[in-house]
Amino acid sequence: MPEPIRKAIVVGASSGIGAAIAKRLAADGAYVAVVARRDDELQRLCDEINQQAGEERAMPFVHDVRNRDELPLLFQDIARRLDGLDTIFYAAGVMPEVEPNEYSTDKDALMIEVNTIGAMAWLNEGAKRFERMGEGRLVGISSIAGDRGRRGNPAYCTSKAAMNTFLESLRNRLEVKGVSVTTIKPGFVDTVMTKGKPGLLWLISPEDAAKKIVSASLKNKNTAYVPGQWRLVGTIIRSIPSFLFKRINI
Amino acid sequence: MSDTLNEQISNIPNDHVGFITSPKWKGEVVSGISLPSDHLERVEGWGVSTSSAGYVFRPSTLEALYEVFALARRTGRSVGFRGAGRSYGDASLNSENIVLDLTRMNRILDWNPTTGIIKVESGVTIKQLWEYILPDGWWPAVVPGTMFPTIGGCASMNIHGKNNFVAGPIGDHILEFELLSPEGELFRCSREENSEIFRSAIGGFGMLGCFTSITLKTKRIWSGLLEVEAVNIPNLDAMFTCFEERLNGADYLVGWIDAFGSGKGLGRGVVHEANYLERGVDPDPAQTLRIENQQLPDTILGLLPKSILWKFMRFFTNNVGVRFVNLAKFWSSKLLDRGGTFRQSHAAFAFLLDYVPNWKKSYGKGGLIQYQSFVPKETARHVFRAQLELCQKRGFPSYLAVFKRHRADEFPMSHALDGYSLALDFKVTRKNRDKIWRLASEMNRLVLDGGGRFYFAKDSTLKPEDAREFLGDKTLADFVLLKQRLDPRGILETDLAKRLFGSK
Ligand SMILES: Cc1cc2nc3c(=O)[nH]c(=O)nc-3n(C[C@H](O)[C@H](O)[C@H](O)COP(=O)(O)OP(=O)(O)OC[C@H]3O[C@@H](n4cnc5c(N)ncnc54)[C@H](O)[C@@H]3O)c2cc1C
Ligand SMILES: NC(=O)c1ccc[n+]([C@@H]2O[C@H](COP(=O)([O-])OP(=O)(O)OC[C@H]3O[C@@H](n4cnc5c(N)ncnc54)[C@H](OP(=O)(O)O)[C@@H]3O)[C@@H](O)[C@H]2O)c1
Repeated sequence: MPEPIRKAIVVGASSGIGAAIAKRLAADGAYVAVVARRDDELQRLCDEINQQAGEERAMPFVHDVRNRDELPLLFQDIARRLDGLDTIFYAAGVMPEVEPNEYSTDKDALMIEVNTIGAMAWLNEGAKRFERMGEGRLVGISSIAGDRGRRGNPAYCTSKAAMNTFLESLRNRLEVKGVSVTTIKPGFVDTVMTKGKPGLLWLISPEDAAKKIVSASLKNKNTAYVPGQWRLVGTIIRSIPSFLFKRINI
Repeated sequence: MSDTLNEQISNIPNDHVGFITSPKWKGEVVSGISLPSDHLERVEGWGVSTSSAGYVFRPSTLEALYEVFALARRTGRSVGFRGAGRSYGDASLNSENIVLDLTRMNRILDWNPTTGIIKVESGVTIKQLWEYILPDGWWPAVVPGTMFPTIGGCASMNIHGKNNFVAGPIGDHILEFELLSPEGELFRCSREENSEIFRSAIGGFGMLGCFTSITLKTKRIWSGLLEVEAVNIPNLDAMFTCFEERLNGADYLVGWIDAFGSGKGLGRGVVHEANYLERGVDPDPAQTLRIENQQLPDTILGLLPKSILWKFMRFFTNNVGVRFVNLAKFWSSKLLDRGGTFRQSHAAFAFLLDYVPNWKKSYGKGGLIQYQSFVPKETARHVFRAQLELCQKRGFPSYLAVFKRHRADEFPMSHALDGYSLALDFKVTRKNRDKIWRLASEMNRLVLDGGGRFYFAKDSTLKPEDAREFLGDKTLADFVLLKQRLDPRGILETDLAKRLFGSK
């Protein structure tokens, strides 16, 4: 019988996968703090969740993950408002459009800051607390894009590859302390991030993705591809030798 | 250490204002000052089945203690006191807020071996106390079943011993105390001075202020030994009868019940009666009063080091195992019951459980809860019979059931009354938790209908309406009024207080 999720933070919850995770958790009875920059979107999400639950199960916290200075206080405040904390989902991420011949350090830095350093900041804060408590769950929403350095968006792939390694290190540190760390690698999910993009193989809805993500987290999986068939693809892609990979247009 | 604490507290910037508005703080904006995160700890109830994260501070001086209140005011956090954390449930937890651990305020301030009056700081433990006074021929008038609690924690819960029916609760032996309110005011309280605070803070589960010193009257004894008799009891009626017959004259009475006994054997068990030795009976009081001669041997049957005993007990801490162990215990007492008495040291009789270190670990990771209810003597037979039957019917016979006699006292928040109590230990697992809580709530109904009471030191399962019903609206209203006077900002809180009297 898995330890249920009762009190969770979802970072990057104002839309897409994060919002769907928050709804899923609340529907299962958890209290969730939802974090992102867009106030209105967060408020709408909370209203929807709370109306459905008939009680205050979701609370909004406006925050830009690049403002790391405000994190310790915000984190403490969230734990107090939730009256405890057992799980953190880090789903914040950006993937700006990058032309095939574009080399923009600004865009690259933004992706690293939000997708990677933001994740480190939140998960570190969680790691500190959970290590001391001897329990808790950390879940990072990475991507299949991190499995290989593809030509499309170098920094996005890098940000997710870095996240994967970071999560793996955390897992190796924390599992012995009773804390589980799960890496989620979604394929294509139907959100604003993928809107209008060509070739969306096995596209699933954010709700479907959220269901699978929460279920993998409850099982304390190390790594979960979402949906599961991407594991095979990931394994193949990772084993293609470079001289061939260079020639494949993916 | 107190310097470091003071330093830490004064190093927290005053101007770092954030975004906190908490409904708990009556809508006022609380300044966004964070608490030092290195103070965050997992804080558990003694039964392990309840825990939460708290910012723990361990002051060793009055000034440092006062500083913690100041910190609470500045950060908009509440403060919950914690003694030795021997309450089974959430009484000394304070989730996401300040936990003020008083175990380092543990100085014995004054001792008079002629009068037996002792003045201690609130973090002094029962162990410290008895070991200090025993060689002078004194024993604490009231002790719980374990020696590790602090005097402050015991006063806050107004604890009882196996002599409650003659000696009353610990409060009956407190002559005076000093209480620091969270506003920084120090009250000296006795039956003459600030008597309302005196009667309400004893048993007031840490809601009115912090005991900083407590003056107790202890009990003269003429030997380090007690005269003990074990009586085999075939059923619940016999248990009650045995107590009734022995109430007049006994110094201590306690019943152990095999909760697996059913049908005609429902409520079977063993009663232990113990009596002080009169002056002159013990030929060697100076020897029996030595601390060394109070201890139990380090090994059980000369074989098993007791420090690892819990590992073996683990295999028996399930329905089959306990049934078997209880049967063995019951029958051996029956076979050995020849009506004689034997002598046992005070510590061995009072603190038997302490001699199996970590026994609670045998309950596994989910820990245990204790369910103890107090029922008037007129309805107790019916209520406890029904409780024992209900536990069996629901498939959760208690693994340890203890039966005691009590008397009413002068403290309004007290748990005791003129009647009996039954304490039932239940193993908690993730799977059975909801069922155990449901069983407890069924048993609550029986207790309340029988005019009974509950005990916050043991509680994990009560709901606000249960607490209200047993305390009564008048008592509760008076208590709340007094709390508003001493703690107008509502700084003192614990998880138990939030669960039973919270604003949610
Ligand atoms: C094995 C075992 C056997 C027991 N047997 C008995 C028994 O026979 N009879 C009995 O009555 N109880 C018994 N108890 C319960 C125990 O005596 C009480 O829970 C007691 O309150 C524990 O004291 P503590 O120092 O651990 O306090 P804690 O459990 O830490 O705190 C208890 C309460 O006191 C408050 N508090 C602590 N210090 C102060 C202070 N300085 N000022 C103001 N408030 C304070 C806390 O906020 C809390 O509300 C037993 C417990 C165990 C584990
Ligand atoms: N969609 C897919 O196919 C897919 C596939 C694999 C992985 N992923 C990953 O899944 C995660 C969620 O993406 P999504 O598809 O759900 O996209 P999305 O709808 O755009 O969600 C991104 C979330 O991140 C938040 N965010 C972005 N920048 C932030 C910042 N600086 N501070 C705080 N929050 C910030 C956004 O909120 P605000 O804008 O309000 O701040 C939003 O809530 C991302 O990490 C993404 O990389 C997505």
